[in-house]
Amino acid sequence: MSNATTTPIPSQSKPKAGAKKPAHVARELTGSAAVLEAFLEEGVDTIFGYPGGAIMPIYDALYDYQEKLKHILVRHEQGGIHAAQGFARASGRTGVVFATSGPGATNLVTGLADAMIDSTPLVCITGQVFAHLLGTDAFQETDVINITTPITKWNYQVTDATEIPSVLAKAFYIAGSGRPGPVLIDITKNAQIQKFNYEGYTKCSHIRSYRPKPIVRKEYINKAAELINKAQRPFILFGQGVILGKAEKEFQTFVEKSGIPAAWTIMGLSALSTDHPLNVGMLGMHGNYGPNVLTNDCDVLIAIGMRFDDRVTGRLDKYAKQAQVVHLDIDPAEIDKNVKATVPVWGDCKETLPLLTELVEKKTYPEWLKRFSDYYKEEVDAVIREELNPSTEQMTMGEVMQVLNDLTGGDAIIVTDVGQHQMVACRYAKFNQSHSNITSGGLGTMGFGLPAAIGAKFGAPDRTVVAICGDGGFQMTLQELGTIMQSELDVKILVLNNRFLGMVRQWQQLFNDKRYSFVDIASPDFVMVAKGYGIAGQSIEKREDLVSAVKAMLDHKGSYLLEVFVGKENNVFPMVPQGCSVSEIRLK
Amino acid sequence: MNPNKEQYTITVYTENQIGLLNRIAILFSRRKINVESLNTSPSEVEGIHRFTIVINETEEVVRKLCRQIEKQVDILKAYYNTNEEIIWQEMALYKVSTEEIAEKVKVERLLREYGARAVVIRKDYTVFETTGQREETDKLVEVLEPYGLIEFVRSARIAIIKDSHGFHEKLKEFELTEPSEEVVENEYLDKQDEVFSM
Repeated sequence: MSNATTTPIPSQSKPKAGAKKPAHVARELTGSAAVLEAFLEEGVDTIFGYPGGAIMPIYDALYDYQEKLKHILVRHEQGGIHAAQGFARASGRTGVVFATSGPGATNLVTGLADAMIDSTPLVCITGQVFAHLLGTDAFQETDVINITTPITKWNYQVTDATEIPSVLAKAFYIAGSGRPGPVLIDITKNAQIQKFNYEGYTKCSHIRSYRPKPIVRKEYINKAAELINKAQRPFILFGQGVILGKAEKEFQTFVEKSGIPAAWTIMGLSALSTDHPLNVGMLGMHGNYGPNVLTNDCDVLIAIGMRFDDRVTGRLDKYAKQAQVVHLDIDPAEIDKNVKATVPVWGDCKETLPLLTELVEKKTYPEWLKRFSDYYKEEVDAVIREELNPSTEQMTMGEVMQVLNDLTGGDAIIVTDVGQHQMVACRYAKFNQSHSNITSGGLGTMGFGLPAAIGAKFGAPDRTVVAICGDGGFQMTLQELGTIMQSELDVKILVLNNRFLGMVRQWQQLFNDKRYSFVDIASPDFVMVAKGYGIAGQSIEKREDLVSAVKAMLDHKGSYLLEVFVGKENNVFPMVPQGCSVSEIRLK
Repeated sequence: MNPNKEQYTITVYTENQIGLLNRIAILFSRRKINVESLNTSPSEVEGIHRFTIVINETEEVVRKLCRQIEKQVDILKAYYNTNEEIIWQEMALYKVSTEEIAEKVKVERLLREYGARAVVIRKDYTVFETTGQREETDKLVEVLEPYGLIEFVRSARIAIIKDSHGFHEKLKEFELTEPSEEVVENEYLDKQDEVFSM
């Protein structure tokens, strides 16, 4: 069988004709140093990591690279990889992680799965036991390659240092190109120690078995434009593809010329400014009323860089059946996966959108747009007004978001954890610029928020970063407060505490006859915990303190934790109950 | 069983990379699809491996699976074909008691009838080999059973695609930095009349 034969070095990238040869003269280097040289060549400046036995040689080499490579010592490898995700999402660059073998590597699993499903570019380096010990159940040996195969875009085990430059070049190329994703490189300890003749680094730009970008076919652009130009009620759905493709401008131009209302998935949020007149709101289970209902009324659905997740589509056999679907995506496997495309437009939307914009007629759809605003008014009356200006004594998450919007002006990066607060934050947060909403969309990873916010701050040091967490998720990774303390970082932490695992409680209330099974979660005094880490903070329960408390948090120099107690049994509405069609969305 | 399910043979051209077998296999197991048969071998092109995988599924599932397979970095191409579109064979080995064959003329006749070839003849047992399609190799098991079939084993299916012109030319395209429109994923676009409807 092929897998028992010796492996050749992975197909080398062929340097382009005329590409300049590495300037380095050949010199002797350890595998570990070659890893760090590769980082410098790829423009890496920040590494999130945690040392351990099998990655010690790399950490030893890192000692000499401290001036060029900033290493952030996290408190848990899961925190490290979520931080790298936050870094990547805020900066648009590839996040880099170090972890040791065994438990260090297995602690990356949740982050890898999260990055895989949310298409986040990462290069993770794990240490591994000596090659001669592989398969012997050696100390801290785990089969990380096979464990991570389904949750990496690519992974590879290096047992010989000479492979390191080409493998790392391949890793960065694969992680960041096409539909991005996480790559894991497992390096045995002997390869880290091994000295070899280093002949410089050549970036990878081509792998014969890998096609990151489909070739754009004009005939499909033509067909798509034809369909759009004939449409009476066209509707745009956009996802993270617009952000990953760095095509926000091209997208906005397309929206404005075509005059078509556009709604976003939570991964696409912030690609188009939230107060843009054609931005009609959020799709999906807790999305806005109009976009959900009118999905089943539009005649042409234009999906851009989104993958029709079940949280967006609800019941698939009743999803947009009346519509002709134009699907723009870079990943051919997404076309027809969940929703059949009438016209598939495969390609990078940075390329396809301008071509499409050129062919679509300049139009406006005042009547069609009015239907969105009518539904919005209905939603305001039924949900939004009460959420933002509640008549109840207890505060709502929505009103906290409202205050945050007022005080940040929509300029902050909002990083959320997972649950009710995430849905509320996505629904009500204002954004003026892209790369501002960082959330665990596909995997729904509780505990993502705090470490991702740490990474986001490193990725965008000049911007205000606010982590919004629930009392449940915050407790999953709050050890990363230690990372904030040691790195002297400025991250604002807003804990919306409803003294429940709120989203599960909401479902138990609505669908399980209020049988509240293990959702009543106790919390420590978060302000005191923060204080233990030298982080300032306060906790509020009364509405009259809200504005000044949020202001104090934002104005504070350095990190700050603000805990806001909100209504215990508030629910997030609207809601498309599981198994229902998007047009069966409930307002209460 | 879903009546639209049919036997499909998936042919995958890959780099020769450790771990690739697992990467391919888990695409099936994740979707709880049973792999009927799996063979890996060299292909017509040096250094390129060829997987032949047989599953029973609907065309839609197989098409989506092939896209997921092709999406893997070290995989060049995945094709799927119905049985009508391929030439395929499996090999089977049968161990029977030599005494039985020697004594019962009928057994010898049966073996000849099924085109079985003796591979090893020993005093105590004889090993026969046949090559053919599933029904043929199965049938011989059935008829040999009353005479004491000691051991039986069948190989995975190997298949040649009737329409294929091989992978030499394709690979040249893959090696180009700027490939023509004929390669990779756009191949599905060329089948648009079958796949997409306006």
